[in-house]
Amino acid sequence: MSILQNINEIRNDFPILSEQIHGRDLVYLDNAASTHKPLQVINSISNHYEHNNSNIHRGVHLLSQRATENYENAREKVRNFLNAKSTQEIIFTRGATESINLIASSWGRKNINAGDEILISTMEHHANIVPWQLLCQEKGAILKITAINDDGEIIFEEFEKLLSEKTKLVSIVHVSNTLGTVNPIEKIIEKAHSFGAKVLIDGAQSVPHFKVDMQKCNCDFFVFSGHKLYAPSGIGVLYTKKVILESMPPYQSGGDMILSVSFEKTTFNELPFKFEAGTPNIEGAIGLGFAIDYITNLGLENIKKYEDELLKYGTEKLSQINDLRIIGTAKEKAGVISFVLDSVHPHDVGTMLDLDGIAIRTGHHCTEPLMKRFKVPATSRASFAFYNSFQEIDKLTESIQKVIKMFG
Amino acid sequence: MTEIQQLYQEVILDHNKNPRNFGELPSCTNHAEGKNPLCGDHIDISLLIENDVITDLKFSGSGCAISKASASIMTSEVKNKSILEAKELFEQFHDLVTCAKDKEIDLDKFGKLAVFGGVREFPARVKCASLAWHTLISAIDNKNEIAITE
Repeated sequence: MSILQNINEIRNDFPILSEQIHGRDLVYLDNAASTHKPLQVINSISNHYEHNNSNIHRGVHLLSQRATENYENAREKVRNFLNAKSTQEIIFTRGATESINLIASSWGRKNINAGDEILISTMEHHANIVPWQLLCQEKGAILKITAINDDGEIIFEEFEKLLSEKTKLVSIVHVSNTLGTVNPIEKIIEKAHSFGAKVLIDGAQSVPHFKVDMQKCNCDFFVFSGHKLYAPSGIGVLYTKKVILESMPPYQSGGDMILSVSFEKTTFNELPFKFEAGTPNIEGAIGLGFAIDYITNLGLENIKKYEDELLKYGTEKLSQINDLRIIGTAKEKAGVISFVLDSVHPHDVGTMLDLDGIAIRTGHHCTEPLMKRFKVPATSRASFAFYNSFQEIDKLTESIQKVIKMFG
Repeated sequence: MTEIQQLYQEVILDHNKNPRNFGELPSCTNHAEGKNPLCGDHIDISLLIENDVITDLKFSGSGCAISKASASIMTSEVKNKSILEAKELFEQFHDLVTCAKDKEIDLDKFGKLAVFGGVREFPARVKCASLAWHTLISAIDNKNEIAITE
């Protein structure tokens, strides 16, 4: 289905897009921070509470059975979405951050030893830096950083040089939240595997924009957050190859992750439940399932095509503004334009745009080392979703010009 | 005045473009660094304190118009004031930018600081306006930690 031809209909599915902000129509260009939720997702949550609310995996009564079935259906939707082999490989977490922490804490503590190396890139989100820093400190391991060029692309030759038999893990962002760069993960994974390293892909910014395939990319761990994928906040996913999951100790412990407990010994539950201690975010998982239905129905190829056009149009329009410099000019990009103005600090840009009803993100985007790499304290960032329109990009451009005039 | 004109008054735009007391102070007796962890604003403040009086001060760093103008106006205002007076001024300023929107305030008694009267309408910008002040207090107390606005 063509998104352009159905844009009004699509926008109507997102009630918040009709909000008035300071008396203006909302122009929401902060999708890399969090996306809005379609009615289908919102209704799935009220429906759960109105008709099926109960705890899962433990009740003989009908409501518990329904809740369990819906929760597990959501897991199957995620499996299919990622093309994982089995639902046993899909673990629900609170978000991408918790997914990475789970791997660092469980797999990392067991497999990373003194002198081992973990390799990340300059463009990582803090969530893909700090857990590894802590693990390296704890174990006496070494965190290595692979460099990027001025366009914001990983320099592959440098990356290859950093790999060795000491490299135990490569953890790389799929799409940079700050630059929009799409990293060549298949190439990275293949190379890392040839040195025996495991690979984690942070897919928080990639799954909303294009199809990912666990069989094709062959990564060992893949993480993403629901709220950036039109689903509720507080739900996320960790995909891990079954053979690796089977060797991992529990992350958190308690109810639901056990088979039997006595004061002498506890037997852990089977996968994936071993990694989901306590009552999970049931309605969040259900909402995520509906969000996946929604974008699958639109078609990820259609989404990619439309968003690529938005990105191209936005890049052209913003490039025409004097004093504006785009940070992140990789050949392969998705959904994000970061920029700085010569004469105006990003915060002032953000406040001024807000008063025109335009929501963008300003700051370091949880990528401080990347800001340092580009020698800027912060950037302004416009990030797109399929519900954005070309007219909204025109409004953004006009508003930026107004800001420059005022501060000029 | 519209909200935006209240926030970005001419005085603020002017101080942003031509900040006063901007630079280094090699002969300083006190120094502190301030950071706004959320947005990456960064400020360095150096003071020359003689007999409990701030006889000279400079600031440097990077930040938005609000934080830069606040630092610039603050340095002009506390120069040649005693430590006690500077701390009192901080309390007044803090109240000005953080008090409830509907609280009646007499802007006249705030002197040059009155231009920040619009900040309280923008909760997201309060930290920008107060970073320099927190850093000043930190410098007076000669704390070795980085001042933050939390």
